[in-house]
Amino acid sequence: MGYTKEQLLSRLQELRVDFTKYEHPAVLTVEAQAKYVGDVGSALSKNLFLKDKKQRFYIVSALANTTVDLKVLSQRLGLGKGGVRMAPEEALGEILQVPLGCVTPFAVINESARHVSLLLDQGFKSQKSCIFHPLSNDTSIALSANNLDNFLKSVGRDPSYVDLEANPKVGKDQPPDLAALVPSDSIDLPEISEKAPSSDSSVVKKISADIKPNAVKAKAVKTTDIIKPKDKAAGLQPPASFSDPGQFVEEILDKTSSLLLSEITEESINQHGGNLGVFVSDNVRKRLSSELKNLAIIFKNTAYTEGFHAGTHRQPRRQ
Amino acid sequence: MADAVSPTAAAEEEKVDGVAEEEVVNPWEVSGKIDYDKLIDKFGCQRLDDSLIDRVRRLTSVPPHVFLRRGVFFAHRDFNDILDAYEKGDKFYLYTGRGPSSEALHLGHLIPFMFTKYLQDAFKVPLVIQLTDDEKCMWKNLTVEESQRLARENAKDIIACGFDVSRTFIFSDFDYVGGAFYKNMVKVAKCVTYNKVVGIFGFTGEDHIGKVSFPPVQAVPSFPSSFPHLFTGKENLRCLIPCAIDQDPYFRMTRDVAPRIGYHKPALIESLFFPALQGENGKMSASDPNSAIYVTDSPKEIKDKINKYAFTGGQDTKEKQRLYGANLEVDIPVKYLSFFLDDDEELEHIKKEYGSGRMLTFDVKKRLIEVLTELVERHRRARAAVTDEMVDAFMAVRPLPNMFN
Repeated sequence: MGYTKEQLLSRLQELRVDFTKYEHPAVLTVEAQAKYVGDVGSALSKNLFLKDKKQRFYIVSALANTTVDLKVLSQRLGLGKGGVRMAPEEALGEILQVPLGCVTPFAVINESARHVSLLLDQGFKSQKSCIFHPLSNDTSIALSANNLDNFLKSVGRDPSYVDLEANPKVGKDQPPDLAALVPSDSIDLPEISEKAPSSDSSVVKKISADIKPNAVKAKAVKTTDIIKPKDKAAGLQPPASFSDPGQFVEEILDKTSSLLLSEITEESINQHGGNLGVFVSDNVRKRLSSELKNLAIIFKNTAYTEGFHAGTHRQPRRQ
Repeated sequence: MADAVSPTAAAEEEKVDGVAEEEVVNPWEVSGKIDYDKLIDKFGCQRLDDSLIDRVRRLTSVPPHVFLRRGVFFAHRDFNDILDAYEKGDKFYLYTGRGPSSEALHLGHLIPFMFTKYLQDAFKVPLVIQLTDDEKCMWKNLTVEESQRLARENAKDIIACGFDVSRTFIFSDFDYVGGAFYKNMVKVAKCVTYNKVVGIFGFTGEDHIGKVSFPPVQAVPSFPSSFPHLFTGKENLRCLIPCAIDQDPYFRMTRDVAPRIGYHKPALIESLFFPALQGENGKMSASDPNSAIYVTDSPKEIKDKINKYAFTGGQDTKEKQRLYGANLEVDIPVKYLSFFLDDDEELEHIKKEYGSGRMLTFDVKKRLIEVLTELVERHRRARAAVTDEMVDAFMAVRPLPNMFN
């Protein structure tokens, strides 16, 4: 389940991250947001949710008046020209777990966004404070870049600030300067028609770009009738037999009973008569012992890893 | 660890009929038909005899591993001392490693890890696994990033061998060298002259200084003080190193230095080389995928490789086979079965029938294909369950409170 606005805000309070909260009617664009919080003395941000051809996702969070050229960004990431485009709307819900018009750096608090790369505008640092949505369109919070960093570090993220307007040469002797910000893992979404139109960089300049510019064209893109769930990417989840005790036990019982059935035959009944039980039980033990122990060790390692992950991501105790 | 790799040009002797090749054995080069008895004499280690195997069985209350029974792990240094201490209640820890030079692991690579897992389970002791990414970066001229990436990929295959995360610490040199580990490296380095390493490892004036100063890196995991997060307060803990016999020179150096810096000598338990598919005189090499069975091979690939490339001792024709039987000395399928077929009775039966000619090469190969397919499938499945997070967990510098339970 994704975090709610309330959960995020109370977490920020626990972390002693200072912010100022503004509530207003829900807004979907930077322009609309500006009407309510444009003159509170903090800098508005625009937030893009992008994806590349290899199913890797990025949040680019910039000052509203920074120019973000997706073609340049794509080259600086080492993805060639036109290597990034706006992520489809479905990805917003699935990965960032925020509604439309609500892309925000705070979305990385969600586990599902684990592999999303976050690029922050260097320009944030020279502002007293900047405005972001705290996972909901009906609220804006203003906070300093430092405080944003404190939050990001608390969820295990290393804040990456980038001069988004720079346009360095990328070539044989000049490697792409942002290549390190490309996520190491891709994210598999259920296969849906990927005809989401990519945005023009010109469109990006003006509006809160997490609205697909063609949204108005009433979704010529429809999800296909057959949604084929892809196999989960190997890095994401262990197979169910090893993380779910129920499945684990079922597998053990399956193997045991199929061995039993193969051992108890007319022949073996005739051969062993009353001692069949002892004979079969010994055989089962001999033949299954090592295989089941192997399964058990994988189960143990998986459980330990889940605990390890929880431990490394746990929040400091409330004071 | 450096593994047995292809020989340098100088060692490629011409194969003249009837003349045995000069054998070469050191961490970077293994060639020629190996006479293991001579090797034990030359290196000065001990044979692992039946009484030792029996002792292991009594102390651990589990059947000894197939590699012990079949003499795959056949030599040792001070294994008796380890067992003496164990009997008195003094445990030990295991140390093994891999030089991550390629992504694809073959069965030969798995052997030390399969045996180490058995030792971990049987004796209930902790294990440290060293991934020498720095070594491969230097010797194979990989970039730092690539060698680190390979180290993590190899770690997944290693974990798939079934190590217990609550008693296993995997580390890569690039991540871990420093602190107490590095202090021990310097202590070791001070005790080994330049001339000595040249003598042991054959360095020349053309070799870069990275290579010359590498040996201490592989030596110090033998000392518990290199792992303060694990063994603080247990400075007397002994170390047992399962490895292939070509690693002996590294550890001879280590054992020489240990008492001079106040540490126990590490004990060793050493294995034969795993033969290539084409036979004893063949070389398992990464450039020839048909020289070995890889853990990524499909059942069909395994079947094809065994059927087409395995060197057999069977006769040319069925009739001759029935008359003369097979030459078990050189037959690869039987050798492979002796590594991987757990059932002693069945193996004996196969050897008898095949050696006398009542069984055909085809049948032996068929059984081998079954055994290997099952093994590779089990590994593949275990590998699929290893997530990046699990690798992180194994590689985290963390306490292991239950490592002796």
